[in-house]
Amino acid sequence: MLFQKNSGRVGAFAALAVTVALVATGCAAGDDGGDGGGGGDSGNLAITFLPKNLGNAYFDTSDKGGETAIEEFGGTYAEVGPSEASPDAQVSYINTLTQQGVGGIVVSANDPTAICDALNEARDNGVKVVTFDSDTDVECRDIFINQATSEGIAKIQVDLIAEQIGDEGEIAILSATANATNQNAWIDLMKEDLAANHPNITLVDTVYGDDDDQTSFDKTAALLQTHPNLKGIISPTTVGIAAAARYLQTSEFKGTVALTGLGTPNQMRDYVEDGTVTAFALWNPADLGYLAAYAAKALIEGDITGEVGDEFSAGELGDFTVEEDGTVLLGDPYTFDADNIGEFDF
Amino acid sequence: MTSSLTGAPASTRSYKDYSRPLWQRVLLTREGAVYAALIIVIVGATVSVRNFGSPITMTYLLLDVTPILLIALPMTLVIITGEIDLSVASVVGLSSVTLGTLHQAGLPIEAAGAVAIVVGALAGALNGFLITVVGLPSLAVTIGTLALYRGLAVGLLGTTAVTDFTEFWTDLAKSKIGSTGVPSVMILFVILLVVFAIVLHFTPFGRGIFAIGLSPEAARFSGIHVERTKFILFVLSGTISAVAGIFYTLRFGSARGDNATGLELSVIAAVLLGGVSIFGGRGALHGVIAGVLLIGVLGSALRLANVTSDVINIITGTLLVASVVSTSVLAWLRTARARPGGTNRAPSATTKS
Repeated sequence: MLFQKNSGRVGAFAALAVTVALVATGCAAGDDGGDGGGGGDSGNLAITFLPKNLGNAYFDTSDKGGETAIEEFGGTYAEVGPSEASPDAQVSYINTLTQQGVGGIVVSANDPTAICDALNEARDNGVKVVTFDSDTDVECRDIFINQATSEGIAKIQVDLIAEQIGDEGEIAILSATANATNQNAWIDLMKEDLAANHPNITLVDTVYGDDDDQTSFDKTAALLQTHPNLKGIISPTTVGIAAAARYLQTSEFKGTVALTGLGTPNQMRDYVEDGTVTAFALWNPADLGYLAAYAAKALIEGDITGEVGDEFSAGELGDFTVEEDGTVLLGDPYTFDADNIGEFDF
Repeated sequence: MTSSLTGAPASTRSYKDYSRPLWQRVLLTREGAVYAALIIVIVGATVSVRNFGSPITMTYLLLDVTPILLIALPMTLVIITGEIDLSVASVVGLSSVTLGTLHQAGLPIEAAGAVAIVVGALAGALNGFLITVVGLPSLAVTIGTLALYRGLAVGLLGTTAVTDFTEFWTDLAKSKIGSTGVPSVMILFVILLVVFAIVLHFTPFGRGIFAIGLSPEAARFSGIHVERTKFILFVLSGTISAVAGIFYTLRFGSARGDNATGLELSVIAAVLLGGVSIFGGRGALHGVIAGVLLIGVLGSALRLANVTSDVINIITGTLLVASVVSTSVLAWLRTARARPGGTNRAPSATTKS
């Protein structure tokens, strides 16, 4: 084992080299330390978007909305992010942004708690933190831009189906999984709304496609077999509505059974253009990013602090008020139909 | 590099080439090249990347690479025996979930952590059992347990996360030694490093690890307990991965089934970059540490320079491929030089049969 005898000396040298390397980083630190925090300036409008991951059409759209806003008010826009939606990768980026001394971070959290400390460290260094799309724990950010309330999401879907079937007849719901918290909350609110405002509409069945394309497709087929008088389907999940639309498109029910719910324009474009689906809803991610950027600006310039009742102006979207827990509501969900679907790409 | 060797008597080639000066012997090793690259990257980044040379950079950097550093220790030993353990990141997830669920169920964190470490050791023992007793290849076994342990972890907690850890522990995971900026967890790492380095480089057990990697048959005939050694290494790998899982959980204050997904590739990449041969029999811990730091420093500097993550992946991937290719080229050059007639002009292809 000749190799072994040699390794002692190499090891010693190596240990020295590691020390040198570590000291080098440490020392450089001392020399350059004053350069680090450029965030002291009250008008530091360098705002960076940190989506859940890059290469995601939804976030491409929202971040583009942010870029539009930042160009309007003359700030510096940047977008960074991990290639996979993991919280630890986001922490590295938040740490980096803290070091760079940006004015504000607009982030969609991959984990409500895991990125908390990193965000708070950023805030301690004067960085303003706005969450959008997916919130962190309340104490880790200044403001959360809420895309829509559960009530709003439930109401628009009921309104759309009522309009499409003439406010009477049998409808069914195609949901995601049976224990999905948000889905079930929306379904309960839809039931309340139906009972209160649409007495002639009967909800005959709720089925679960498990957010799986094939399962949702099969459940749609089964639903139409079981309920021959069905006039409409609500699918409050993007996977479900696309699968249901695919089934309807090639079936005898095309044009006779209405379908609406929550979907994305790219998934639903074909079905809207060929008349399988008249209208569906979701929020407009571009507006979401646009509003988040203006909220960051208002925080950086000290116009708001995130207190309840704080008011700020968000360009062409108008004026907004900070609500409880530092949230700002974008507004009612956005309805996509044949007239406007061409304007969106996500 | 080759020109500096001109004139060196190299009729035979061994690891212990004392005819060359010390600096050559050190710098012209695989590890030496990684150190050189590390120092170049550190100096280059300090000079050219704004904000890189701030104290906080080192803290963040070390915190980020700590799980990789920890798991790289046993991984180095495993790979030197010619085996591999792909299940380490899944064990991190499993131990994270174990810690989280038990803590949520009311167990104090010390006890939950101890159970998590036992679970990690058992996970490693299962790997070891299938590899050494049943005799299956480690690549196949640990691909399987990679999925199995991850499945268990995600299955136990679902998509939820346990986050109600006491601040004392989450703060401890991120704390620094005095005002140095060095994370306290480095103390744990250095202790483990010393233990692993002594075991690998200065004990009969360690020599056995190298012998197994060079030739399991020869090792067996020399009286080395090949199976027992490998079993111990896989248990160690599981145990240290569980420790890394506990640190990971506390650092982010979040126990999730999908914690550290893909970490096994970062660990293996760093180990190979650090000069450990994937075929076994060659490698040293100090090179691995340099390899981990090199990838960490590069990533941190590139992020600070606003390079996107895709490009960072491309750069680190290219570095890894280049490092593996350069090893082969260097090995070929040495063989060529060692042949009669190939003494001075290294790339003399004529001598290659």
